[in-house]
Amino acid sequence: MSNRIDVKKTYKLFINGAFPRTESGRTYEVKNAKGVFIANPCLASRKDLKEAVVAARAAQPGWNKATAYNKGQILYRLAEMLEGRRAQFVEEIVTVTGVSKAKAEKEVTDSVDRLVWYAGWTDKIPSLSGALNPVAGPYYNFTIPESMGVIAAIAPETPSLLGLIDSIAPIIVGGNTVVVLASTKAPLSAMSFAEVIATSDVPAGVINILTGKKDEITPWMASHMDIDGLDISGLGAKKHVDVKTSGTENLKRIYSFKSADPGRILAFMENKTVWHPIGL
Amino acid sequence: MEEKLSFEYAPAPESRALVTIKPKYGHFIGGKFVAGSKHFPTINPATEEVLSQISLAGKADVDAAVKAARKAYTTTWSKMSGKERGKYLFRIARIMQERSREFAVLETLDNGKPIRESRDVDVPLAAAHFFYHAGWADKLEYAGLGTTPKAHGVAGQIIPWNFPLLMLAWKVAPALAAGNTVLLKPAETTSLTALLFAEVCQQAELPAGVVNIVTGDGSTGALIVNHPGIDKIAFTGSTEVGKIIARAVAPTNKSVTLELGGKAANIIFEDAAIDESIEGIVNGIFFNQGHVCCAGSRLILQESIADEVIEKLKNRMAKIRVGDPMDKNTDLGAINSKEQLLKIRELSAAGDSEGAQRWSAPCDLPGKGFWFAPTIFTGVTQAHRIAREEIFGPVLSVLTFRTPQEAVDKANNTPFGLSAGIWSEKGSKVLWASQQLRAGVIWANTFNKFDPTSPFGGYKESGWGREGGRHGLSAYLKGVSHE
Repeated sequence: MSNRIDVKKTYKLFINGAFPRTESGRTYEVKNAKGVFIANPCLASRKDLKEAVVAARAAQPGWNKATAYNKGQILYRLAEMLEGRRAQFVEEIVTVTGVSKAKAEKEVTDSVDRLVWYAGWTDKIPSLSGALNPVAGPYYNFTIPESMGVIAAIAPETPSLLGLIDSIAPIIVGGNTVVVLASTKAPLSAMSFAEVIATSDVPAGVINILTGKKDEITPWMASHMDIDGLDISGLGAKKHVDVKTSGTENLKRIYSFKSADPGRILAFMENKTVWHPIGL
Repeated sequence: MEEKLSFEYAPAPESRALVTIKPKYGHFIGGKFVAGSKHFPTINPATEEVLSQISLAGKADVDAAVKAARKAYTTTWSKMSGKERGKYLFRIARIMQERSREFAVLETLDNGKPIRESRDVDVPLAAAHFFYHAGWADKLEYAGLGTTPKAHGVAGQIIPWNFPLLMLAWKVAPALAAGNTVLLKPAETTSLTALLFAEVCQQAELPAGVVNIVTGDGSTGALIVNHPGIDKIAFTGSTEVGKIIARAVAPTNKSVTLELGGKAANIIFEDAAIDESIEGIVNGIFFNQGHVCCAGSRLILQESIADEVIEKLKNRMAKIRVGDPMDKNTDLGAINSKEQLLKIRELSAAGDSEGAQRWSAPCDLPGKGFWFAPTIFTGVTQAHRIAREEIFGPVLSVLTFRTPQEAVDKANNTPFGLSAGIWSEKGSKVLWASQQLRAGVIWANTFNKFDPTSPFGGYKESGWGREGGRHGLSAYLKGVSHE
């Protein structure tokens, strides 16, 4: 055993491309399966959420405007960066959750592969979901899926990394920006993934990650008037009614998902139909 | 400079001999007309003449209709092949075409819209919706909405008074094509064409209970929304009521689609074809008395052409023929109800008091009935109520802009996002603006065009989901992409 003392990491939030502490100064203890102290991540506040939404809203037009090719390459870059840091993610998953190394390795592998899969969707979704509509008149009429805006997401408790990827990637594939609440019990993967994001040419504000309590942050997300949609896949079914009720204030689109499929991308896209006359 | 041209039109009234209106109507449940218990009058808003007595459905009626719809779903409709379902829809489309004049006259009498519009727009489009969706019934697995698309079961559908028959078609046709059975409630002021549609279902020999129609007011609507025997709610109406429905349904597993309000921007760039734009502005706001959720109610004019456009617009508005909806030359008919007229007056008064300048077309309004002259407000700011709230009447608010970015910023400065218009002769600018505008339907160098193949529906607080086209079908199929 070496006598060297480890340099431990302070786990902070990820808002607008930076790593701030929570403005509230609150943290909570994360322990491993055996009850051993691991870290003091931030207990994000309502103001942290507000700051994250402001950043996401500001970043949305630029991200939406990026070409599908560009978006795809940035998502692929996330996969590249994650691949390069596999060991760190495996270790964090093992440390926090106590799963076997083999199981943690599989989760990281699946996460990298899932990002690659999503990367390929950016330039295919509109041609699969769009339509040229044969209207009965001299008009050129087409329907295309467009970004919805700012989407918030509650990532599932487990798997903490793969679940986070599924909470982020489909939303940004559609040209939206996202504010995601990471797994409460296992937030380390999420905050380390923020480091992957920070080195992948993802513009600041496109992905924002909070850590904290679901019961605190979810109602704030549901009632926030500048959030257009909400992915509640990581929220227990019993809490869905309150969130859906509160979300009606601005008619948020609120969904939960059981799998990764193109519908998950389309759920947070709006269909726009454009008419133009044909004639001389 | 303006030439004084005056055309005198001889009256060209459509005959109402073609329609038979019963003195009293019941509900259409399980393939039969059943008597209601309480009644309320439905009137011709152009004359205030009482046309008939309509039944107010209560709990027992709604229960009976849901039961009939469920029975039809489990015993008949869900077991029938798509091919056979489709043939019933084709039959309905054909019968609606056959009886189109009857529908048009009845719609105009009950709603107050000009016969020219009910005859040329509402009724043909309604028949087209059935014809289009008929063809989907046996092709659902190819719609790109999953390999085994399944109906929800019983759909509860609540429709507004502005396009009574057309909204019925938008709701009923896709629901039946996807394999659902329906319970439909028309708006309380415009039930007659829905009740005539019930006769069409009988003539088409549609199995009993596949379509059920109950009439009534908001209390009947609430019974439908909250009924545990209904799997899917589809509503077209105000954003206010849409939110109430969304809240009511949140604790349930019911699927919901909402087509709600709008405050559409109609943007005229300085390089637009001005005369065509004038027609587009008029069509955008005065079509159907402005009782259109996607009406172009905010005219956003580039400053350099604002004076010219407003002058030409006033000149054109002065030629709008307001009056008897049954006259084939009428452009603008009656306001649908006294209640709506009061709302239009109230918001217009707010326009005056908040400092906008009102101009109304000089026209003689009939003494009886509900009427509002075509009106524009200039000098409107984004903070004015008439720039923010849906008026749902023939009232246009005019704002101006200097740069294209300012135009889209103003256009998007609303919680609504149903539709928008763009007028420019420059293709790249049209496409740029169509990308920037946060609305579900963009009309470029045209306005207020509808087609069954073309998805319609809103962003933001204008609703959930689409109607029409391949996208609209998904509203009536289970587990398409997300629950």
